[in-house]
Amino acid sequence: MIGALQTAARLHAAALADVQSALDPAADQAQAIDGIWHLMLWVCVPMYLLVMAALAFVVWRARRQRRERGDVATASEGSLYNGLGIWVVVVMLGLTVLTTASYLVDRKLIPAQDAQVKIRITAKQWWWQVEYLNDDPSQQFMTANELHLPLAQKTHVELRSDDVIHSFWVPNLSGKRDMIPGRVNQIELTPRRAGKYRGTCAEFCGLQHAKMSLLVYVDEEKNFASWRSAQLGAAPSPGSEVLEHGKRYFETTTCAMCHTINGTTAHSLAGPDLTHLASRSTIAAGALPLNAGSLAAWLSDPQRQKPGTNMPTIDIEPDDLNALVAYLLSLK
Amino acid sequence: MCLRFRHPDYRALLALLLASLALVGCERERREYSTQPLPETTPATIAVSSLRPGGAATFAADPRGSHYQRNAYDINQGERMFRWFNCNGCHGSGGGDIGPALMDAQWRYGGSIDQIVASIVQGRPDGMPAFGGKIPPQQIWQLAAYVRALSGNVPKDAAPSRSDTISNTPPLTRMPEQPPASEPARHP
Repeated sequence: MIGALQTAARLHAAALADVQSALDPAADQAQAIDGIWHLMLWVCVPMYLLVMAALAFVVWRARRQRRERGDVATASEGSLYNGLGIWVVVVMLGLTVLTTASYLVDRKLIPAQDAQVKIRITAKQWWWQVEYLNDDPSQQFMTANELHLPLAQKTHVELRSDDVIHSFWVPNLSGKRDMIPGRVNQIELTPRRAGKYRGTCAEFCGLQHAKMSLLVYVDEEKNFASWRSAQLGAAPSPGSEVLEHGKRYFETTTCAMCHTINGTTAHSLAGPDLTHLASRSTIAAGALPLNAGSLAAWLSDPQRQKPGTNMPTIDIEPDDLNALVAYLLSLK
Repeated sequence: MCLRFRHPDYRALLALLLASLALVGCERERREYSTQPLPETTPATIAVSSLRPGGAATFAADPRGSHYQRNAYDINQGERMFRWFNCNGCHGSGGGDIGPALMDAQWRYGGSIDQIVASIVQGRPDGMPAFGGKIPPQQIWQLAAYVRALSGNVPKDAAPSRSDTISNTPPLTRMPEQPPASEPARHP
């Protein structure tokens, strides 16, 4: 019986092992939440079964008595009081266990302020701006819609919003935390398993709420360091005439009104930082995969791909579009 | 009286009336994300002054203007871009700084939405850059609708009553309406 249950639990866990699952914890915080989830499940399931069994028993007994004697016997007050007394104690014990566990888990989720890595994430309609903070300004950099975390290190994440209320939720790493305009919230993540996870906005924030996802990579220390040093550098300079054309178009037209590419004259913060766009795997906050086809589709009519996005549809000539796509894909 | 309203003709009329009321309500919230159905261009020739040889200015207002300046979504988008494109840098939230104030009735280059669009597209002497080719036409219309709303020239049901960010000006719904002065103010 126990063995069968364990097998079922293992199959269940395997089915849930996913890039976006609260039941497949990959960080200390998610582990703690997963623990209390199971505790609640295993306290509440027996209680539920107990209540249902008692109810079934009462119905069955009443029917039997009516069939055999023609009426239902009333229990003596003494046994009723005893039964209810035991029941109250059981409920109180269960609630005490759950409340205490919940309190302890809550303590574990409080950021300790001694994190090695500090990140600021600002939610915007409908994408994530990610800043890696450092006391040394030359070590700071910005990216978007992708988060890289070093394995087994405490990461402190500062959560802000630029427009409406959003909510940061990477189920494999921790619980939800709201991002509220004019307020700074915090969350701590201590990932324990390298891999790729997916976060999403967990508070309805407007038309494209569903297309606001955040890819999270938990990297080994070495990989994280090399990713970090690559991100710190400026964008590679164009090596051909086409790429030069793309860069010129980017710098001199609508693109530069909202986007930044370090190493060029484009330095606006209204839209995502594109300095190392080609190092990411998606565009438009996970709405499309990053490749030449989807990038061309996105640039020629973003409003068709993600209606309502703040990126406008512009009149772009095919030559310019091809050059722009080539240039953006060269931003490794 | 009640019986008369049961007549099919009256009911149809009533339904039509209600439907048209609903349509009027939707107009201020209609969102057009892409460039259809209006060809998105900015007006090519706009008079910026009423001074004309031989009398009053004659130019036809662009029909798109009235759509943008009555639409809550467009005005709100205009407000965001006013912040993103750093209009605040010179116009100081509409109160004016090294650029002129935008929340009064004085307009150097005209206060109709077409004229504001033209000022953004072409730029103006003494510091206003030309944004034509940088900001797409639809967004320029949205910006112009917001700039006009800054001086209270906006239907109260289309004006946003709160700002996305901390604001040092009253919400647009509480701005007194200040129609553009017919004659340019004369400064000694």
